[in-house]
Amino acid sequence: MPNCKTTIPYHGTPEQEERLRKVIAEHKGQPGATMPVLQAAQGIFGYLPEEVQIMVAEGLDIPLSEVYGVATFYSFFSLNPKGKYQISVCLGTACYVKGAADVLSAVEQKLSITSGGITPDGLFSLDACRCIGACGLAPVMMINDDVYGRLTPAQVGPILDKYLKLG
Amino acid sequence: MSHIRSHVMVCAGTGCTSSESPKILAALEKELKAHKLQDEIRIVKTGCFGLCSQGPIVMVFPEGACYSKVTEPDVAEIVSEHLVKGRIVTRLLHMEGDEGETATSLAETQFYKHQLRIALRNCGVINPESIDEYLGVDGYTALERILTEMTPPQEIIDCIKKSGLRGRGGAGFSTGQKWQFAYDAQSEDGVKYVCCNADEGDPGAFMDRSVLEGDPFSVIEAMTIAGYAVGAGQGYIYVRAEYPIAVKRLEIAIAQARQYGLLGKNILGSGFSFDIELRLGAGAFVCGEETALLISIEGHRGEPRPRPPFPAVKGLFGRPTLLNNVETYANITWILNHGWEEFAAIGTEKSKGTKVFALGGKITNTGLVEVPMGTTLRTIIEDIGGGIPNGKQFKAAQTGGPSGGCIPAELIDTPIDYDSLSAIGSMMGSGGLIVMDEDNCMVDIAKFFLEFCVDESCGKCVPCRVGTKRLYDLLCKITDGRGTLEDLDTIEELCHHLKSSALCALGQSAPNPVLSTLRYFRDEYVAHVVEKRCPAGVCRNLLRYEIDPVKCCGCTLCARNCPVNAITGAVKAPHIIDQNKCIKCGLCQSNCRFDAVSKH
Repeated sequence: MPNCKTTIPYHGTPEQEERLRKVIAEHKGQPGATMPVLQAAQGIFGYLPEEVQIMVAEGLDIPLSEVYGVATFYSFFSLNPKGKYQISVCLGTACYVKGAADVLSAVEQKLSITSGGITPDGLFSLDACRCIGACGLAPVMMINDDVYGRLTPAQVGPILDKYLKLG
Repeated sequence: MSHIRSHVMVCAGTGCTSSESPKILAALEKELKAHKLQDEIRIVKTGCFGLCSQGPIVMVFPEGACYSKVTEPDVAEIVSEHLVKGRIVTRLLHMEGDEGETATSLAETQFYKHQLRIALRNCGVINPESIDEYLGVDGYTALERILTEMTPPQEIIDCIKKSGLRGRGGAGFSTGQKWQFAYDAQSEDGVKYVCCNADEGDPGAFMDRSVLEGDPFSVIEAMTIAGYAVGAGQGYIYVRAEYPIAVKRLEIAIAQARQYGLLGKNILGSGFSFDIELRLGAGAFVCGEETALLISIEGHRGEPRPRPPFPAVKGLFGRPTLLNNVETYANITWILNHGWEEFAAIGTEKSKGTKVFALGGKITNTGLVEVPMGTTLRTIIEDIGGGIPNGKQFKAAQTGGPSGGCIPAELIDTPIDYDSLSAIGSMMGSGGLIVMDEDNCMVDIAKFFLEFCVDESCGKCVPCRVGTKRLYDLLCKITDGRGTLEDLDTIEELCHHLKSSALCALGQSAPNPVLSTLRYFRDEYVAHVVEKRCPAGVCRNLLRYEIDPVKCCGCTLCARNCPVNAITGAVKAPHIIDQNKCIKCGLCQSNCRFDAVSKH
């Protein structure tokens, strides 16, 4: 289960918590506030640890079970921290028929992690995603905001080495 | 006012942005300044032209020269040759096919000749971040006319009904009917909502994204008109968070419309008030289903509920709600401005107008196309799409994403409309059209879509939660080489149960990719089951890599690259693959310089 409760200790700073409290105050009382608040929270903390979910539940005055339910329903929300470099390999149909599965396994082999995981040094996290919409460049992989298109499995190693060097 | 003698349009849609069009924009600005041309030549950031595989695209008007695959170093040449000296840079012009003639104007190309752009009419034409440019292409004339003449709502609804417009999100329900239901529905406190479904979740489909990126105002204007017609004062656009550019342009468009008094309180002094709020999705495919989408806007887990009551009667926050898809809204103002007769004259008997398709997969021109309903698959694939690359054979086209089916090569002359597609076991869906060639295994494709549905099933109803997983397991059994002929019957039976008992369209349509491939490619399933062979050479557990002892010269490259040391052999002597160790990764084949490794 890639989206189960994390074992990594919570590292939220008072500034981050203050920002979250502000967002909660802005949305409190609005109908359907849970998702926009959780989206903002994920933007602030990078993921949604239990401590953040509790803050949201208490702030919006809704049950924690409801917050947890929403946070685990949508794939955009993550209960685990992401790597410094977030790799998403597109497994949309257009990429899939052009060999995206081989690209994904090349990344998995190179980093020794599977989709949904993070390297022990916290440098890379890997996800398979559904269509980022760059179907004209299939197969496609994204590392943070950089898009790599028309990929072959052989190109994966050198691309990742570039980020390894940056550290 | 300065005189602008040329316009340089640079595509800033997601496709071209991914092929680095922002760098082209920056380089253009720099070059224009260097030549002191910034006051006579205007750079326009536009939406998608449709030719995504050829990106980044740069078009220069008035000549209409279309430059494709432009790189940063090319920009200086475009500026110094074309913009300074007036000589078109032939080298960079978009070519059709590899040996085709260059087309200086896009309208002449095979890609555009067969197209008719209604929903995409402003994409690539205007700057989507400027309401003034939208006003310049007759934007907001429909809303202005309606609000100044105070057109009776029923008249607007009748016009949409008579146009024959059907929902472009997939199911193809009559849009006018939907508006009528929302208009007729009584709300206890008078509150109604108008929503826009921009949760385009089908993998390989990006029509709605392109409309929002290229022409967000047409959707906002249409929603405002819909609000007036059905009596709603608040609108919501539910858009995928995965579309950052579309979200940003919608935010800009909503802010500009409010600033111009075209959104908000007392629009154009008519007393009619309507506002729109954006809601971002969070990556759940099922939220494209209408009841799930509304529940998600309410802030809950996006689980569908049984219908009736339909959203038009009891929708968002329990109030009557009109929900249409992005592309549907993009047609509305065109119909109101041109009249329903003109729209109804396009298309087939029961499917009017045009449909936007996202062409992808094994096809030369991947990108966005809009064709009249009834255009054959052959025209789309061979003429517009430029056929299958690398001399391969066309095998099948997949429409409708995980809810649709595969159309085999023998049905390539099928005219595409809602009814003909359902008749052959596929569906229009939202408009993804993925082309497959002889190297794609149809059992594997069915498994791919099933895996998607297993992942995306919300888990509320048993048929979908358990049924899709069981189906997926059976398909895995077949691609692993453990399948039996009885499994094929079990699969069919399970498919029919799922279709008849799942709660929402996700589960009901999940079997479509399986059923349609079983119907048209049964021999491929049988080959997997009986001969334990994958004819397309995709399913790994059924593959065998072998080294041809005649061709192998013993260079040892394959043995050195094999991750599991399955290859043995002395230097300069033929090598052998130990089939028990081999994990079928294919590295030996891709590394061999003598074409000695073959795959069976």
